[in-house]
Amino acid sequence: MIEKREITLTINGRSHGVRIDPRRTLVDAIRDDCGQTGTHIGCEHGVCGACTVLVDGEPVRSCLMFAVQADGRQIRTVEGLANGAELHPLQQAFIENHGLQCGFCTPGFLMLATGVLEREPDISDEDLIDVLSSNLCRCTGYENIVKAVRAAAAKMSAGR
Amino acid sequence: MKPAPFQYHAPTTIDEAVRTLAAVAGEDGRVLAGGQSLVPIMAFRLARPGHLVDINGVAALRRLAVDGDRLSIGACVRHAAFHKPVVDGPLGRLLATVVRHIAHYPIRTRGTFCGSIAHADPASEWCVVAAALDADMIARRAGGTRTIPAQDFFRGIMTTALDEDEILVEVRLPILPADTRFGFYEFNRRAGDFALAMALVTYRVEDGMISAARVAVGGVESQPRRIAQAEQVLAGRPPDRAAFEAAAAAVAAAVDPLDDATTSASYRRDLAQTVTRRALEQAAA
Amino acid sequence: MTAGNNKWIGQSVERLEDPPLVRGRGRFAADISFPHQLHMRIVRANHAHGRIAAIDTSAARALPGVVAVWSAADIADIPPIDFREGRIPALEPYRQPVLAIDKVRYVGDPVAAVFAEDPYVAEDAADLVVLEIEELPILLAAEAEPGEFSAGRNTEVAVIHQGYGDVDAVLRSAPLVVELELGIGRHSGVPLEARGAIGRYDASRDILELHGAAKVPHRNRDLLARMLKLTPSSIHVHEAHVGGGFGIRGELYPEDVLVCVGAMRLGRPVKWIEDRREHLIAANHSRQQLHRIRAAVDNDGRILAIDDRYFHDQGAYVRTHAARVVHMTAGILPGPYRVPAYRAVGHFRLTNKTPAATYRAPGRYETTFVRERLVDAIAVKLGIDPNDVRRRNAISPDEMPYHRPLEALGEEIEHDSGDYVGLLDKLLVALGWDKLKAELVARRAAGEAVGAGFAMFVEKSGLGPADGVRIEVDTSGAVELITGGASLGQGFETVMAQVCAEMLGVDYRRVRVTHGQTDRIAYGIGAHASRATVMTASATHNGALKLRAKALDMAAELMQAPADALDIVDGKVVRKDQPLGPSMSLGEIANHLAPTSKTLGDREPGLSAEGWFRVEHQVYPYGLHFAVVKVDRETGGVQVESYAIAYDIGRAINPALVKAQIVGGFAQGLGGALLEEFTYNERGDPLATTFADYLMPTVRETPKVDVILREDYTSPLNPLGIKGAGESGITGVGAAIASAIDDAIGMPGAVTQLPVTPQRLKQILNGRSS
Repeated sequence: MIEKREITLTINGRSHGVRIDPRRTLVDAIRDDCGQTGTHIGCEHGVCGACTVLVDGEPVRSCLMFAVQADGRQIRTVEGLANGAELHPLQQAFIENHGLQCGFCTPGFLMLATGVLEREPDISDEDLIDVLSSNLCRCTGYENIVKAVRAAAAKMSAGR
Repeated sequence: MKPAPFQYHAPTTIDEAVRTLAAVAGEDGRVLAGGQSLVPIMAFRLARPGHLVDINGVAALRRLAVDGDRLSIGACVRHAAFHKPVVDGPLGRLLATVVRHIAHYPIRTRGTFCGSIAHADPASEWCVVAAALDADMIARRAGGTRTIPAQDFFRGIMTTALDEDEILVEVRLPILPADTRFGFYEFNRRAGDFALAMALVTYRVEDGMISAARVAVGGVESQPRRIAQAEQVLAGRPPDRAAFEAAAAAVAAAVDPLDDATTSASYRRDLAQTVTRRALEQAAA
Repeated sequence: MTAGNNKWIGQSVERLEDPPLVRGRGRFAADISFPHQLHMRIVRANHAHGRIAAIDTSAARALPGVVAVWSAADIADIPPIDFREGRIPALEPYRQPVLAIDKVRYVGDPVAAVFAEDPYVAEDAADLVVLEIEELPILLAAEAEPGEFSAGRNTEVAVIHQGYGDVDAVLRSAPLVVELELGIGRHSGVPLEARGAIGRYDASRDILELHGAAKVPHRNRDLLARMLKLTPSSIHVHEAHVGGGFGIRGELYPEDVLVCVGAMRLGRPVKWIEDRREHLIAANHSRQQLHRIRAAVDNDGRILAIDDRYFHDQGAYVRTHAARVVHMTAGILPGPYRVPAYRAVGHFRLTNKTPAATYRAPGRYETTFVRERLVDAIAVKLGIDPNDVRRRNAISPDEMPYHRPLEALGEEIEHDSGDYVGLLDKLLVALGWDKLKAELVARRAAGEAVGAGFAMFVEKSGLGPADGVRIEVDTSGAVELITGGASLGQGFETVMAQVCAEMLGVDYRRVRVTHGQTDRIAYGIGAHASRATVMTASATHNGALKLRAKALDMAAELMQAPADALDIVDGKVVRKDQPLGPSMSLGEIANHLAPTSKTLGDREPGLSAEGWFRVEHQVYPYGLHFAVVKVDRETGGVQVESYAIAYDIGRAINPALVKAQIVGGFAQGLGGALLEEFTYNERGDPLATTFADYLMPTVRETPKVDVILREDYTSPLNPLGIKGAGESGITGVGAAIASAIDDAIGMPGAVTQLPVTPQRLKQILNGRSS
């Protein structure tokens, strides 16, 4: 009999005490135990990036972590990007640049870009493409995603 | 694709880790470090470990340091640590060059150098680095520690010399001489995919001639290795086009490529030749 | 009809769909949960073909947390899944049962269903179900001899015949005959969200709810009603957010039926979320065809006849689309060219693979590849430029409307309007073709393997026969547009809101667009075949004008002015000659039209109206694709350096959305040309069951696309003059890239099979040098 564990998942600054099986993935715990369904599951084997969240500031594939491994860490998801009614520059840029169609991959791209731009605001074009090649999108053909991230990067840089 | 049930252990010291592994190895206990290779396999239920020993909490395994003439890489050092050169000189630059080819950025924030070595996927970049540079793998069990040289470590597809109760706690790479030239070339279907073929070469030039050549290929055979025939071809020759083509041809002749429904042995052989020559051209550039 | 000043129509406004999606507040199937729900997990065959000797569910049922495990015997009263368009007796024997009966026919075939308290436990239980299978011979090639499907029935479901003229006579006397064998690899839409369905039976109202539906909610409701012997109005199908469809989502699948039956019989909501491995082996495949085509040609490159014999690899069953794709293939292969005599014979055959159906531009991606390879072959044989072959064969504007005695999607083909050669000329100018061509020649001389290729095609869109909407304005002036359409992520809501807002005179952001809810509107044919913009927008146009007239009629009385002296601007009725003068808001007018209002008079209560649009014919937009590729001769790797798509859309309601659709379609077409393929080993085991094997393009593989959008020929068939665009980005990609690769390696006709994997290309290159 596998014992459940009591852990605390701190998501966007709020603590969630949950009791879960060790095998419960972080993405399932975020979505179903903590009710934050903005993070999506696209493949569950670490390729598509739809499940990307930030753990202690780093972009991570939450389908490849077990929730128990995130006990006590700072997790940030798409729900935490906006500041009330005020959208994050990346969110605004995605809207303005038509960077989404079905929206399923969008939270993953937003968190990937947030993690990277916060760490490296002046990232080169080539490195940015390299980072964005981490995630799959099936609707947009990527062009507008790249535009949106670049536009947001410029804003975030200027705002500094 | 949810994993099968397992017992979870989170030791905080190396001693605790090896003792725990000793206790659970018989029930298919496995080490969990980055999880970027293990968790997908568990998701597909191709692996159903009864126990996971999570070593991420063992601070001592995060060590990355130069010890004399070696770079010591602890079991929990992430791929991302190598994005910027971790040591001055060619080794640091070589690792920073190779790391860019490993999967994608978010994989690199979690996946570990030693994890790749222990997993021994034939298409793993760090494995070809370890084979090329004759790395030493430090394996520890409850009863003691042993050093396994690279040429004895890789035994086949996802098969290593590690016993089921051993943890790969550290890999040691030689600090390369300051005048070492290196080149790395990988061919895959898309950026970040597993390599269909890759080559890592290093050499020095003395009096205009190649010396201390290392030529290793990965992704082509069931495990990465140095190709002695190619190194012999290069020895004592100027690093020119003819030498590189001859060495590449020697690799093509020497390898026994994997053959599967998607990729044929003859195509892999052609690729092995191409990636070797291109890696050599890079080294010379 | 003086309404409409292009305030919204033609503007690339921001999407209404975006705000909740960028906040992670979307509601996709996996985000929907109900109290006490059960989780369903499907047990799938691991053999490609075999007789089911035994199914042992005892261990699975004994697992704590498992409520039920069903096999076919437990749902013996549920019929196989029927066809979307209705009964087709000849095809009925080939329908898929909801759970396999007697035989398994492909790896992935649903054999049993587990219902458990938790999805992890459901998967554990599924692993414990033991299937005993007696293996049967495996058929993996549609062009091989058919095998046995069932007693007295073989695997050739039907043979499609379409054509006209005396093809044999023409072939006998033709100056030149070109013959090709061409194959398109098996691939499919593979949206990023896998499938999902939640069934819930509300016993308090005797309503069965299916959540997670997409594309054709009303059709699915009707089909379910027939299968489950319920009245259509007692089934509510609800579409939430959908993570891409591309043609493969939204058909009625076994799992959709099972969650409904499960909910009703187990007394709890049943939630099923597909995982990625399942998706790649169980959701509709597409595209795989082999064509053996001959063309009779004169010495100037004019096509005199086409004779095509093709094999359509349908997979293990005939699903809801029946013979739609294999039949359409025959009808649309001629594309934009005059073909004086034509014969197409299509073998509709079953194999032991995942069943196939429509995928974005179904039949058109395939036939464009085949037809444009033919154009290239003709050009090479005669030593002329392929574009000159296109010029000599393309239907001209003064031949429009151009009727062909061929059928696709239930109607005879009639090209409504267009100038194919004119668009080609515009594309060449936009490319700076002469200069570009010279550059490529120079680069080749310097040793690079670079080349260019074109493809010309005609698309189909606006599938009718009818669509309707209802528009309601409430007392606050907020507008609700209720449609029977569906949104799969393409911006449906925004486009409809733009049309409604323009014709009515409000801000588009005040229009709430409802779709995919069968309990809100009785009729709908969803969103597919690039029909949404044409049909639903036209119905919206008509409905909005009726609503406008109703509002102005009431306002005229209240404002003491004739209706034609009034206008609606930003939700307010004003006098045209006093736009800043006295006004009445639509909300106030709605109040005056309330049933108990003193000012209602003889009018129908409510500020609301229905709008319908009926159409006899589809529209035929058209376009061209252009690719420049660079080949790595040593590895066989192909890089697409640049790409252009010229497309006449008639009229673009939101140009940015159209371009986005085209670019997205291109990326998928690129995948089909170079990367994506569902392959099988000789035992029928699928080899592409993960995203590490089924390769889709990342941003790195996807070049920017130069989209040249034209509005030269508005369609005469609908009030807004629009054609559709959903499929235009994908149609020509296989053809254009194949042509460019041939050019790059200097081997005309080299590419005969998609996808052009590096290994395949290397084999072609090696073949030449040996």
